[in-house]
Amino acid sequence: MTDFTVKLENEALMFLRDVAAILDAEVLSGDNHLDNTAVAKITASDLMSSVLAFAEPGALLITGLVNVQVINTAEVAGLSGVIFVQGVRPHESVIKKAEAASLPTLLTSHSMYRTCGLLFGKGVPGA
Amino acid sequence: MTLYQRQFAIREMDFTHAGEASVQVKNILKNIGADPDVIRRVAITAYEAEMNAVMYGLNGLMTLELHEDHILIIVEDQGPGIPDVDQAMVEGYSTATSQMREMGFGAGMGLPNIRRNSTEFRVISEPGRGTRLEIVIQAAWRKQQ
Repeated sequence: MTDFTVKLENEALMFLRDVAAILDAEVLSGDNHLDNTAVAKITASDLMSSVLAFAEPGALLITGLVNVQVINTAEVAGLSGVIFVQGVRPHESVIKKAEAASLPTLLTSHSMYRTCGLLFGKGVPGA
Repeated sequence: MTLYQRQFAIREMDFTHAGEASVQVKNILKNIGADPDVIRRVAITAYEAEMNAVMYGLNGLMTLELHEDHILIIVEDQGPGIPDVDQAMVEGYSTATSQMREMGFGAGMGLPNIRRNSTEFRVISEPGRGTRLEIVIQAAWRKQQ
């Protein structure tokens, strides 16, 4: 069985590469950041103003929205990456924008509910 | 004394380019080595103001001004104006269309988010006379060397 966490003393660290494996996700952008982006907190929302209001810097965003404003929101809020759910692929222009912003984005076929459950089950706190 | 000033045009209902002015503001601050927390506050307030101008404004303009001890963001437009500013400041209150909601906006958190992240926030608006948002972030924004 694959261990998806790196243990550092008594802390378990999860990286974006681990998240991609847990979710069986396709990497859409930022592949070169996956091994050095730690996942400390996660937020899930389709309301961008809620993300701006409540998400902590460095959090990973799970969302069902695939428009370019998701990338802008992630950039201005200082998020570490975005997971698109339900297998809905963003337009190529959105992926290009994420790449230009050095923002890792993943695509999973899991629903938002299952995606949240799979990651919450690994002990990652909410943001 | 203004250390730096830059202006950005904001086009109404242009959701393809909406947000780009705020990302440019963020990148300018990042390039000059501003404090990361200040960058975040400026970026969030600028973005919320910019999206409001895109969704509800006309002939929008964003001005970034860097001063020694504060950063000023002004976003103004010649749109229809806000009939009741106090109501617009209530969390959850929104006049977003279904098109805007489909894009993830209309949570009614825009103006409250700006207030939360700024030191001073003024909304000058009247029906038929456009809207002007003045956002001041008072901070030692230059990162300590």
